[in-house]
Amino acid sequence: MKTARLLTIGVLSVMCLCVFFGCEASKSQLLAADESQVRLRSIQTRAFDTVDRIMVLRAVMATLQDLGFVINDADEALGTVTGTKLDRYALKMTVTVRGRGETQTLVRASAQYNLQAVEDPQPYQQFFDALGKSMFLAAQQVD
Amino acid sequence: MGRKYLSWIAVLLLAMTGLGGCAATVPTEALAMHPQTLAQRQLQTRRFATTDEATVLSACAGLLQDLGFNIESSETRLGLIVGSKDRDATDPGQVVTAIAIAVLFGAEVPIETHQNIAVSIVTHPGGNDMAVRVTFQRIVWNNHNQVSRLEQLNDPEMYQGFFDKLSKAIFLEAQEI
Repeated sequence: MKTARLLTIGVLSVMCLCVFFGCEASKSQLLAADESQVRLRSIQTRAFDTVDRIMVLRAVMATLQDLGFVINDADEALGTVTGTKLDRYALKMTVTVRGRGETQTLVRASAQYNLQAVEDPQPYQQFFDALGKSMFLAAQQVD
Repeated sequence: MGRKYLSWIAVLLLAMTGLGGCAATVPTEALAMHPQTLAQRQLQTRRFATTDEATVLSACAGLLQDLGFNIESSETRLGLIVGSKDRDATDPGQVVTAIAIAVLFGAEVPIETHQNIAVSIVTHPGGNDMAVRVTFQRIVWNNHNQVSRLEQLNDPEMYQGFFDKLSKAIFLEAQEI
């Protein structure tokens, strides 16, 4: 009888702790980043030797469509494109395009796979390879 | 008795951390070009003999309205229109099967009830013509309000039908009807 009571109290306190920490943990997602900010930027960013932003933005949309995405939104002034790919999973991608110096354009992509941020270099590498091919330009690593 | 419970709780907690910790990563083929990429591009693209992007976009918007889509977003300077519609997704065959299983085995099988279909249309000016590429996808929910399908729509007949209608819409747009 005593053990049963102790056990109930134990389980209840564990539950309370879980609820408490769970709430804190889910809120902390707002500013969560697993990778270091600098490393993440370098994984997600490439430079291309062109100053034609519109061409790059159109190439981004064409590449996303090639990869099976439906475009959700795009803004020429801001230089952003967002798309989603559904294939038993949901892969959402935002791509931003901005000028870099006199001769280059920077492209940054960030993706979300189901409920997680994508921080693995390989998918980004694949995306930039495909984008480079569609523009006949080489994607250059940015440090 | 208490020990048995404790071990059960320990196993449960372990299983939960195992599930939560083991996060799936992006499938390698998700962002890679496939051999069928080109065929899909051809299926989803038509060229129209005009260089007037604004007219083509306007015809696309008209067609989306004809098909019952809401325009969600557009960016004419990049040649983009995005639309979506929510529709019923009940499949009579599925309902019959679900009823049969309920009668025979007393088990409830979820049936698909509603769906959201999204479309994006992107125009691409060529030298003396205009390429129009369209992609469709949908999310289907069941009667427990759970997502039961996340998929691209790749039926060739659907794209054929869409472009037949678009040809007509571009003609109507040119005639200002």
